[in-house]
Amino acid sequence: MKVGYFPGCSLQGSSRDFAESLHAVAKALSIELCEVPEWNCCGASSGHMIEHLVSVALPINVLLKAQKAGLDQVMAPCASCYNRLATASHEIAHSPTTKAQVEKVLQTKIGKLPRVLNVVELLAQVADQISAKVSKKFEQTVACYYGCLLVRPAKITGFDRTEDPVEMDKLVAAVGGKSIDWNFKTECCGASFSVSKTSVVGRLGAKIMHDAVARKAEAIVVACPMCHSNLDLRRGEINQRLDTKTDIPVLFITQVIGLALGLSAKELGLGRHFVPVTFPAKPAAVAAVP
Amino acid sequence: MSRVGVFICHCGENIAGTVDVAAVAKAAMDMPGVVHAVEYKYMCSDPGQTMLKDAIRDKKLDGVVVAACSPRMHEPTFRRTAEEGGINPYQCEMANLREHCSWVHEKGEATTAKAVDLVRIQVEKVKRNHPLKPIRVPITKKALVLGGGIAGIQAALDIANTGSPVLLVEKSPSIGGHMSQLSETFPTLDCSQCILTPRMVEVARHPLITLYTYSELEKLEGFIGNFKATIRKKARKIDEKLCNGCGVCQQKCPVKKIPDQFNEGLSNRAAIYVPFPQAVPNKPVIDLDNCTYYKTGKCKACEKLCPTKAIRFDQEDQIEVHDIGAVVLATGYKTMPVSNFSEYGYGKYKDVIDGMKFERLASASGPTGGAIKRPSDGKTPETIVFIACAGSRDRLKGVPYCSKICCMYTAKHAMLYQHKVHGGKATVFYMDIRAAGKNYDEFVRRAVEEDGVKYVRGRVSRVFEDNGQLVVKGVDTLLGAEQVEIRADMVVLATAVQAQDGAEELAQTLHVSYDPYKFFAEAHPKLRPVETNTAGIFLAGACQAPRDIPDTVAQASGAAVKVAGLFSQPELTREPIIAVVDRQPPPVFSHCVGCFLCKSACPYQAIEEESIKNRNGDVLKVVAKVNPGLCQGCGTCVSACRTKSIDLQGFSNEQVFAELMSI
Repeated sequence: MKVGYFPGCSLQGSSRDFAESLHAVAKALSIELCEVPEWNCCGASSGHMIEHLVSVALPINVLLKAQKAGLDQVMAPCASCYNRLATASHEIAHSPTTKAQVEKVLQTKIGKLPRVLNVVELLAQVADQISAKVSKKFEQTVACYYGCLLVRPAKITGFDRTEDPVEMDKLVAAVGGKSIDWNFKTECCGASFSVSKTSVVGRLGAKIMHDAVARKAEAIVVACPMCHSNLDLRRGEINQRLDTKTDIPVLFITQVIGLALGLSAKELGLGRHFVPVTFPAKPAAVAAVP
Repeated sequence: MSRVGVFICHCGENIAGTVDVAAVAKAAMDMPGVVHAVEYKYMCSDPGQTMLKDAIRDKKLDGVVVAACSPRMHEPTFRRTAEEGGINPYQCEMANLREHCSWVHEKGEATTAKAVDLVRIQVEKVKRNHPLKPIRVPITKKALVLGGGIAGIQAALDIANTGSPVLLVEKSPSIGGHMSQLSETFPTLDCSQCILTPRMVEVARHPLITLYTYSELEKLEGFIGNFKATIRKKARKIDEKLCNGCGVCQQKCPVKKIPDQFNEGLSNRAAIYVPFPQAVPNKPVIDLDNCTYYKTGKCKACEKLCPTKAIRFDQEDQIEVHDIGAVVLATGYKTMPVSNFSEYGYGKYKDVIDGMKFERLASASGPTGGAIKRPSDGKTPETIVFIACAGSRDRLKGVPYCSKICCMYTAKHAMLYQHKVHGGKATVFYMDIRAAGKNYDEFVRRAVEEDGVKYVRGRVSRVFEDNGQLVVKGVDTLLGAEQVEIRADMVVLATAVQAQDGAEELAQTLHVSYDPYKFFAEAHPKLRPVETNTAGIFLAGACQAPRDIPDTVAQASGAAVKVAGLFSQPELTREPIIAVVDRQPPPVFSHCVGCFLCKSACPYQAIEEESIKNRNGDVLKVVAKVNPGLCQGCGTCVSACRTKSIDLQGFSNEQVFAELMSI
């Protein structure tokens, strides 16, 4: 299986662990990730706040390059990148005016663009293969946290149950894990306020962590670099607002699958987390990372 | 040689604003057979009609083309005018310059050229028209009312009080509908049961109303004045004549844990049951899915203990066929299930309920006797949140329309709660308050000002449970878009009003049109609000659109008047646009060879076989014959006929080909 790969800025910087685990898992599942040649920024966070045309033209430029490289699917692991690519595709398909404007600035005709996938959609396509290759069941109880951009808005992403998604929960179940039913699956984590107004992230993250811990989650599973860093890197701010401090780890879905496939902690980048990846002692607990 | 007159209407600016009407009139004068062509601002007005009549007389016209709006709008008007002018009304044709031309094109030469073409087509047609006479058909003066809620009850009573018999068909075991479940009604807070149950009794006692409860319409054939309705009376499994409604069977039935639909699942009922104590008729029905006897073949406790020996386990459904002259559809609505709302917990929280459940909690006849107690543990909720617009006006996840009744019933619910739970805190989240109606806004103000209900303008993004308590998270858009979180004991959703289950199938059975949301469509949104596009079928209540009780009752009476008006005529006239099989002098008799392909093609079963006999009674030939009462003039048989011996009056092959050849 060959699929286009758009890393975006996070996967090369703050979320290198996401990239490492993604590549390791893809390798184990024989998925060839073809990086879009000469990709540019998706424009997330700032692009659509400043200029609508820029916010559409930047992602479309990425997709055009992918199309030129012969890719019919492009997977963007970062939820923000995914959302920008998907939104731009949707706008081009539904607004002839925007399409004409983008064609003008990019000086090219836009034909059929590659389909945009997020990491959960890609893994769901190979769910059977994943469960067949499990060598070490991931026997933890986790809270799957989707955040705001992975499945929404419904008309763009095409997910059903956008307020209560279950796609990641199914993947966790496929590797032997248990996911809890909880309240904050799609609540906002504060996203880029992590940098500009950390207190917001502390407040929002505290609610998320409180509910997950109250419902006995042993880890949070995410598929978004922002969600990860806000719950992991900003755990200090979060714990300041919690009555009982919590040290449950935050894992990328690719790390969860990687652990179940028997990949090493190093291959999965588990050592890069701020909250150490440890699980409560159990007969079949996964070995803690040094 | 024909003498055709062409009359072009400006329709104010509607046509003249886009089409050069003077040029059309000039071009019409050059068409062969046209001897007169004029244009006028409003052809349908009195001066316009007079122009037409005068021209027929003065110019000795034998055919008229009115180039104006759609024939659906004014064809009857101009045909009548033509008749008054002295020619056969079917010598008048309309060219649709408005809907087919001016409304859909930009101003320009091409548009005017198209208008000229449309006129020419009708000129060619009218030259080949033959005088026709309307068909007269008798009327069966008996009405069928479908649905026994307040709409059906009102319509049935109003029709019966004009002296015509009515069949009232209700699918559930009792009449009363949603209104019988309500507690108090806005804007007067009078008790729903107190105003409804006397009407229910009146229906049951009315000598001209025949009640069919636990029955469904299977089939409706025929046409206005002459329908044939097939009604299935589902087996109640009791002899209604013997049963005296004592209720012993309900008490003795060993199956007792079936969620009671009337109480919205808040209480249980037995497998043999009367839906509610005030039911009409007060006769039980056996629930076949839950009855022990039907599941295991044993029990029959009710049969053994029935003092009048009225239980009939071997009773079968009965099919009855009735001749009917008119139908009133009053099949009502349903509300969107709470399980539709993922953000409000998919129905997994017991204390997140819909408005109808709240009605049962607040009703004196309800499971709590009118005390507000939450379903999970029976405690009185100290904080309650009402969410107006759950699913309504939500293009993405619900329906785009306003459900109309929710603002009012939510105000009523909050008010009832404040009256019943002193010191309780009621909060209403709303988008807008739509309280247009007599004494409606005053009612909402009363809830806010006198009863202290807190209204928060904003949407609720999520309802979740934290530590066993519901948390309602929303926004207050009037307080600087501030987020609000309310810890509530109970949440009531004003879920969207939707068309009844099975509305689409019913509409198809009856050939009634419906909108994208499966509400039945009225013939004209303003001028024909209770008629459907199928003659003889009328609408009442929420089967047409979300509607409250006052509007429903008014519309039901309106529908009843339409039925009474229809029944007041001695007979009906129908358009003579029907198919005819040709007849020739002997020895041919007809070009029809009797293959009867037309018979299988006809969607209305209007083709019959006719034997042509000599005076000794010997059959010489069997040919097709069209029943003028059944034929709808669709023309399917004309295209199926191999020998071209069927033609459609008013749309003959000759006319249609002439129209095509003129372009």
